[in-house]
Amino acid sequence: MSAPQPVLQVRKMIVRYGAKTILNGVDMTVNQGEIRVILGGSGSGKSTLLKGILGLTDVAGGEVTLLGQKMRGLGEKPLGALMQRIGVLFQNGALFGSLTVGENVALPMREHRRLPEGAIAELVRMKLAQVDLSHAENLYPSELSGGMRKRAGLARALALDPEVLFCDEPSAGLDPLTSAELDSLILSLRDHLKMTVVIVTHELASIEAIADSLLMVGGGKVIAEGPMQEVRSRGIVAVDEFFARKTKSMERQDTSVAELFGLKPAERGA
Amino acid sequence: MLSGELTAAGAAAFAAGVRKRLPTHRGHLILDLTGLTAIDSAGTATLVDVWRIGKSRGFATELVGIQPAVQAELEQFRVTVELPPPAAIPGFFESLGASAWQAVTALGQFTVLAADVTIGGIQSLFIPRRMRWATYFREASLMGSQAFGIVGLITFLIGLTLAFQSAYQLRQFGAAIYVASLTAISMVREMGPLITAILVAGRSGSSITSEVATMKVGEEIDAMQVMGIPFVDFVAVPKVLAMVTMVPLLTMLADLLGILGGWIVGMVYLDIAPKPYLQKTIDALVTKDLVTGLFKSVVFAWGIALIGLYHGIGVRGGAQEVGKATTASVVSAIFFIIVADSVFSIIFYVVMA
Ligand SMILES: Nc1ncnc2c1ncn2[C@@H]1O[C@H](COP(=O)(O)OP(=O)(O)OP(=O)(O)O)[C@@H](O)[C@H]1O
Ligand SMILES: [Mg+2]
Repeated sequence: MSAPQPVLQVRKMIVRYGAKTILNGVDMTVNQGEIRVILGGSGSGKSTLLKGILGLTDVAGGEVTLLGQKMRGLGEKPLGALMQRIGVLFQNGALFGSLTVGENVALPMREHRRLPEGAIAELVRMKLAQVDLSHAENLYPSELSGGMRKRAGLARALALDPEVLFCDEPSAGLDPLTSAELDSLILSLRDHLKMTVVIVTHELASIEAIADSLLMVGGGKVIAEGPMQEVRSRGIVAVDEFFARKTKSMERQDTSVAELFGLKPAERGA
Repeated sequence: MLSGELTAAGAAAFAAGVRKRLPTHRGHLILDLTGLTAIDSAGTATLVDVWRIGKSRGFATELVGIQPAVQAELEQFRVTVELPPPAAIPGFFESLGASAWQAVTALGQFTVLAADVTIGGIQSLFIPRRMRWATYFREASLMGSQAFGIVGLITFLIGLTLAFQSAYQLRQFGAAIYVASLTAISMVREMGPLITAILVAGRSGSSITSEVATMKVGEEIDAMQVMGIPFVDFVAVPKVLAMVTMVPLLTMLADLLGILGGWIVGMVYLDIAPKPYLQKTIDALVTKDLVTGLFKSVVFAWGIALIGLYHGIGVRGGAQEVGKATTASVVSAIFFIIVADSVFSIIFYVVMA
């Protein structure tokens, strides 16, 4: 076995919105074939990190190396070619409302692959079968449930057989069963297609099921990064609280009115 | 000394009473709650308010004789001790500077978009593979069918009104036949292009904004970018081109129906025979009138489409912003049309005369 190959490297990423600094020097390294989960409290900048990597938001500083290529200063052509090697599943699927599910999945193929229409149609059916949406090929996005939209978005993200897949909260809002199916699909992408997956998610069950490694962000910085078990065994307070489902308490700055007036807690059951 | 219940109903009276008796200096304020049997969130808030006043004036507030039920409520509600600083309200000149700066950046962004789309559009015409013809035809037929009826009806009525109004004056000089020339020239040079553009801005310009804004909010534009599908080619150019081709066609329809309106007034109200009226109309119009009218309508169309796109992709935040962007888009499009029209008037009547 050779040493793990980094597929994605983020160095000192800084993102500001107006006067607010959302990310203040974030580093991240993701290796080939691993499933990386990005964690953090709500509003901690997880989606922003993903957008910064993908070039969807202005970055005030830092460098992203994706599949061996520095993203900054890349010309339009090579950037386009690089983007064809990744897939992105957005938070709500981001399907094009004027196209059917099948047309949505076919779109990147039509744009970037010179294939006969028959082959494209076949490919679309294969991708839809992969996410268990064969029956929805001719429906419009407005006719789908939230979970179906996400799966359709995933089929579209997989259209060009990406080497790296990015997902923002793929299982948020899904019932546990669908969420588990999505997890096993992501696992099989890694196992059978050697795909690298970068996922933002809150779902503990999902994290336990799929994560190879973790990156936790908070206060604009990286709190922890590394293989799942190792990070969890380090005894970092924020990580432990997250896994004990107590992330909220990090942000709590309030006290009860009784404490405010210095009252002793009343005896329970009195 | 308090008694009874301190709930929303009595909180105001309590607050007023206690505020009057608050110490103005350091010391202790003791509130005896022995008689208090119940309290709710409003009542608790008034207590916290007293505590905060004390904190700022330097006296400590103490509660004594608390009943268990009241204590349980006070444990239930949570407050932050350190309040965040209030949002600074900028001064007049500061706001003025900020909005001037905003206007400058907005103009810059608009110029970049306009250049991108216009250059992209011109290139697409010469590189047919780049042009999304199917999208273009869908957009064009949608715009045409959306505006057809309303443009026809309104400009017919405007033609009628114009004819009545000019007849009212011209008849005094026995020059009623000139109603034909006046109506025709006003329709073709001014009213046709202007009214059509304003109606299209309300009907199709707004739907460009709401469509693009919805795409933006739903991350569809981000998705296009990561899929290497250029927004300009895929969405913007077909819409602008559809607008720029349909609006002149609609303007011609408007011209015709306006003239028809005048013609009917001429026949029914002024007893002018149909043929002489038409003859007068044709004599009055020169090619230049038609060309300037259509040229204006192309510029209006270009502006409406670009303003629609600009407001759409500028949307930040959630779905509630889509409506605001749509309204803003219609207002700025109509503003643009009127300003451009007066600039054209100066050019055509003064400079080129
Ligand atoms: N376009 C924007 N303009 C201004 N502020 C923004 C913008 N997008 C995000 N923010 C701010 O950036 C911070 C991080 O947002 P982000 O969406 O990255 O959080 P997140 O970690 O993905 O949260 P969640 O788990 O709720 O999705 C938030 O405080 C948010 O208010
Ligand atoms: Mg997010």
